[in-house]
Amino acid sequence: MTRSTASKLAQPSRRKIIQGAAAGLATIGLPALSFAQDKPIKIGMPTILSGRVATLGISSRNAVLMEVEKFNAAGGFGGRKIEMVIRDSKGAPQEAARVARELVNSEGCELLIDGEASSGAFAVQEVARDLGVFCIHTCSETSSLSADPKIRSPYSFRCARQGIHDAIVGGAYVAGVAKEKGLNRWMTCSPDYAYGRDTTAEFIEYLKHFNKDIEVTGEVWPKFAQGDYSESITRLLQGKPQAVYSALWGGDLSAFIDQASIYALFKAMPFFAVNMADYTVLTAIKAVPPNLYSGNRYLKSFPKTPANAAWGEAYFAKYKEMPTNWAWQNATAIGFLTAAIKKANSTDGKKMAEALRGMTIDSPFGSNGKITMRAEDQTIIDYADGWGAINNKEPYMPDPVAGNWTTIVELETEWKKRKGYI
Amino acid sequence: MDPTALFECLSSLSCVVTQTSTGLIVGTLLFLVAAGLTLIFGVLKIVNFAHGSLYMLGAYFALSAYRVTDNFMLAALAAGLGVGIFGLIFERFIMRRVYNADVLMQLLVCYALVLILDDVVKIIWGAEFQSMGMPTEFQLPPLLVFGGVIPVFYLFLIVAAAIIALGLWYVLTKTRMGKIVRAAAHNPSMTSVLGLNTSLIYAGVFAFGGMLAGLAGGLAAPVRSMSPGMGFSILIESFIVTVIGGMGSVTGALVGALLIGLVRSFGSIGFPLFVEGIMFLSMVLILVLKPSGLFGKEPRT
Repeated sequence: MTRSTASKLAQPSRRKIIQGAAAGLATIGLPALSFAQDKPIKIGMPTILSGRVATLGISSRNAVLMEVEKFNAAGGFGGRKIEMVIRDSKGAPQEAARVARELVNSEGCELLIDGEASSGAFAVQEVARDLGVFCIHTCSETSSLSADPKIRSPYSFRCARQGIHDAIVGGAYVAGVAKEKGLNRWMTCSPDYAYGRDTTAEFIEYLKHFNKDIEVTGEVWPKFAQGDYSESITRLLQGKPQAVYSALWGGDLSAFIDQASIYALFKAMPFFAVNMADYTVLTAIKAVPPNLYSGNRYLKSFPKTPANAAWGEAYFAKYKEMPTNWAWQNATAIGFLTAAIKKANSTDGKKMAEALRGMTIDSPFGSNGKITMRAEDQTIIDYADGWGAINNKEPYMPDPVAGNWTTIVELETEWKKRKGYI
Repeated sequence: MDPTALFECLSSLSCVVTQTSTGLIVGTLLFLVAAGLTLIFGVLKIVNFAHGSLYMLGAYFALSAYRVTDNFMLAALAAGLGVGIFGLIFERFIMRRVYNADVLMQLLVCYALVLILDDVVKIIWGAEFQSMGMPTEFQLPPLLVFGGVIPVFYLFLIVAAAIIALGLWYVLTKTRMGKIVRAAAHNPSMTSVLGLNTSLIYAGVFAFGGMLAGLAGGLAAPVRSMSPGMGFSILIESFIVTVIGGMGSVTGALVGALLIGLVRSFGSIGFPLFVEGIMFLSMVLILVLKPSGLFGKEPRT
């Protein structure tokens, strides 16, 4: 009895239901519509914010936030602003993949910027491909990430320098110096893991391509983060090469130079370190020894343009430290991403990808003020890539020699054919 | 593998001098860290997994002291003293509470300290690596001895470590304090029954072990890039040294450290790709032949 009364009482009339639904829509539905227009464009970004490589990850985050701030201040995309969701992967590939998946599935990010080193980038690439989400890799320099068609995805792009480009530019420049100074017997000293081994092999290949007299007489492979390089240094002294190439980087390179200096190694042989021209290393080493050559990582003086100098100074003014190589790459990624949103007039990843293929944007970091996202393998070309002798004060690399992009692309194509990528 | 290169090196005086001095310098710093580790184990029966972090703390203390005083000797001393005091505080407030706990709990406490110290270093000195730079008094061309190259700074480090090793030997074998420490290591309950304050001895030994690690960090600071987590690799090598030399034996630590140093320097000529392998193989070999290490005491049955 009670039950029947209750159910009667609880049953509203049809009119009431329609009225209620209308009221509900008015209170929930309409604001939802206006909310859609102002809904931020959520971009997820896994990067390395703790551990040994944290400096680079932090500089990536800084650069992204600096550029996003500019985009948002200029009104965003029809009033929609970018909201970055940046997560620490601690440099662990499995964590990077987990974070990337979570950013898309749980945080509702529409797009991804992958600020991972190579090991993590390949893991994030798998996630991006699996989810079919738009992704720009901003830190991995491993060429196969974009060159190997088996790894590529139509919605994944790379906005970072590439190992193969650096090897060609470095090989061409250093071969010239070697010819001029008669440096034919070489030794290498690079960190003993995939990056060190691949970079060194590619560099030596092009060094020999441009100078047939080069001979590598010995190799030393200190561990990553070894700390004490004494035995590597004395091995180099014993090997008596005429020059040394190194792919050491960051704190390892700085410690190696400090230790090698007291053995007077650099007086005995010129040292070619691809990763030397980076402010973190240049400012850490108190006395840069003579006879040192490097590829540019990021220098506000190369390319020598007001736009690049202004960008470097703006970054310094905001964060009280100089940008890194990862910083310019991430800033460029935001440049491409926002340009793609505007061109596609959409934040749909597929439309953006279509707009981005083959796109050229103005950039402070371009070899001629512009950088292009090459359509065929969705990676950047025409960025400023050069080598030069290094000293210990601004501009650090007084006479940089920029790589020639016609030669780079020509040799890169041959390399891709050899690898079976095309 | 390049045994010919090793043979050529051994037959050339200049190569022998360079590689031996390199082996000594690698061994010297390892000895300072391993000596503290083994001393703490010998007396407190604790495997201090946080020892590498004390070395890191020493390097950072030295960096700050050097920036303030511009004097490397003062900086190294400040590093030793600073870490010694830190070790004392850590032992008094935390470590002593887990002396009777199982090894897993001790390991957890040490590991917690490693994580906390890494983060503290990041907060105070930043995540980016730091470099002290070579003090001006050591910016000298290397010495040439029989054609071999020996950096002046490394010669100084070897001498400094030799003095510390001698001092350690003297204190442990010739003084009353040394006798008490050895007694506490040998039989703590008997030492306690004799009216000696073992708790105080434990604190002193932990602080002293920490001081040695801090001093090693401070002395190495000009030739290391400092970053949070830098103590890890030296911790692993110090463990190899203490296992080879015998847990608890300072003489063992010295011999083990020099052995590892020489294996690394000559190994890099003859077996450049297998240096680590040789280090671990020698450890395995010693564990099989003499499980207590070269100078370790066999457990009484």
